[in-house]
Amino acid sequence: MSELLLVSIMIGAIQSGTPLLYATLSETIGERVGIINLGLEGIMLIGAVVGFVITVLTGNAALGVVAAALAGALFNMIFAFLVITRRANQLACGLALMFCGVGLSALIGAPFIGRQIEGLNAIKIPVFSDLPFFGRAFFQHDILVYLAIPTAVVIWWFLFKTRWGLSLRAVGENPTAAFAAGKNPYLLQYQVLFISGLLGGIAGAHLSLALAHNWAEWMTAGRGFFAVALVIFAKWHPLRAIAGALLFGGAISLQLQMQARGVPVSSFILDMLPYVLSLTVLVIWGRTSRSAVPGSLGRVFQGTE
Amino acid sequence: MKRRKRSIPKQLVILISLIFIMGMSFSAVAQGQEKLKVGIIHIGSINDAGYNQAHSDGVQAMKRNLPNVEVLQAENVPEGADAERVMENMIKQGAKLIIPASFGYLDPALRVAKKYPGVKFVHPGGYRLAPNLSTYWASTPEAFYLMGIAAGKTTKTNKAGYVVALPISFFLANINAFHLGARSVNPKFETRVVFMGTFLDAPKEAIAASALLDMGVDVLGVIVDSPITVVQAAEKRGAYSVGYHYLGAQKFAPKGWISGVAFTWGELYTRFARQVMDGTWKSEGLFGNLTSDYLTIAPFGPAVPPGAIKLVNDTKQEFIAGKKNVFQGPLKDNKGVERVKAGEAFPLTGIGKMDWLVEGIIGQSK
Repeated sequence: MSELLLVSIMIGAIQSGTPLLYATLSETIGERVGIINLGLEGIMLIGAVVGFVITVLTGNAALGVVAAALAGALFNMIFAFLVITRRANQLACGLALMFCGVGLSALIGAPFIGRQIEGLNAIKIPVFSDLPFFGRAFFQHDILVYLAIPTAVVIWWFLFKTRWGLSLRAVGENPTAAFAAGKNPYLLQYQVLFISGLLGGIAGAHLSLALAHNWAEWMTAGRGFFAVALVIFAKWHPLRAIAGALLFGGAISLQLQMQARGVPVSSFILDMLPYVLSLTVLVIWGRTSRSAVPGSLGRVFQGTE
Repeated sequence: MKRRKRSIPKQLVILISLIFIMGMSFSAVAQGQEKLKVGIIHIGSINDAGYNQAHSDGVQAMKRNLPNVEVLQAENVPEGADAERVMENMIKQGAKLIIPASFGYLDPALRVAKKYPGVKFVHPGGYRLAPNLSTYWASTPEAFYLMGIAAGKTTKTNKAGYVVALPISFFLANINAFHLGARSVNPKFETRVVFMGTFLDAPKEAIAASALLDMGVDVLGVIVDSPITVVQAAEKRGAYSVGYHYLGAQKFAPKGWISGVAFTWGELYTRFARQVMDGTWKSEGLFGNLTSDYLTIAPFGPAVPPGAIKLVNDTKQEFIAGKKNVFQGPLKDNKGVERVKAGEAFPLTGIGKMDWLVEGIIGQSK
């Protein structure tokens, strides 16, 4: 019985943690290059709706995911233009992007509500999926789940093991110095925000194509903001983001599991669990490492003229 | 000033205006009825196969019944000041009947109603009236009891799970009724409840649904705005489902569909519009039941045994005849406290005060 519970919680944690992980990675690389993007929620919504619409129209969920990623990236280019080229305030632009995404996604999705899709279904990995416990918990998921952790590793590798990643982090710490060293901060920021948009779009696609198999307005329900907090939890590190996303995904899933099992705790208290967890983490993290924050996060690079 | 023309114009004016007035009233009679504009605002999307689509289909049916009616419709209107603005805008476009189709529109609607006493308002599920604001809804526990009978006869694992937005009294009463109905035909039946904390979070509903299915339930019920996610999740894993709000939800579960409690507002909205047009509209609180044309038991799916359908219909007649109570004592809640004494029944008009879950339901009522 308790083994079954553990498996269920694990499955739930992985399922609800996956979109959080993609979203957190999206925000992490953006913040690493010095740009805080509160519009992530809007990007995810655009990804979710475009992924759903393309899947309805073509019947091909893989195409849906690709379209979602591209749509997220293009949508993020609006934000990039505002904060990089127009040097506008990042927080204000992010919030504007979020609300724009909410409205635009509702508009695009309205004619498609209630359409049925096959979506992304679980792929059983041969041999491994038959293992007791581990089989069901880890080897019977959809393709985006299997790709999530490799994506985190690839991003980690790019950030910390390549020259491109080094220049990117240099821009995030001090764009003027990076500029003096011969890097083009604008170009790097555009590149990173494009990739960040791709990841945000995929996060949304997982919600609509794999979890819900359905599109509903504002279906992200705050997950984009959750990811912004998770970046702090993960101290701007892509590999720690894996643990963070699983932990928070687990907290969401655990409270539903506890209710389904009839644990005698109020659903209102259980509902607070993920948020209490994030507050606790921020309190504990708060005093320790300040060095993790990219030095010029949120500041606008004014050029060097 | 010349005075000789004095007497002529005065009589002439009276005569002309008399003819004019008579002509106007004749032309109004000749046209039959004036055109009526009806404004409806929705909290969500009208294609949600749930709460909002039920209302939207209602006004569409009204439009078919009454060709003189024109409908102004607005979707995704947030509760609060936005709702007020949209309603006022509709009134400025000439709407004489407003349907603020969400519980949370009550306060904005009351404010707008006060400002425009000539416009009529009908609000669903409310508990307050104004001289120009009516309220309407239907008592659903009896219908949920019937769903419970069908589910109790169809299930193979004797377990059902409910995905519910919030633990508010009306929902608790529906789940209690469902469970009592199922227990009446299947004493081993158990019902598990998971509360979402929100009316709209499809990914979370999907995870809750699989958490319940992992517990071995093979019937999923749902009380959120759109049933699509949960009903589809049940179908995918070969479980049965019970719908709420909208008749058309069946298409998402062709195999596992049991039935559903649905609102069919068309005839009621037609009556409202007709009353406004012929001036007989009055402020009232309508609270329908199984005999009302706006509370419907959805068609049964292929999995429901014929005997169960007959039992549902027989029990429905008992309810209509007043021979049976949903909450017939003795009833204990799921913490062991006696809630209804033997020989007594919890009145359906009092379910607004129901803050407990009946014995055998696994879940927390607050």
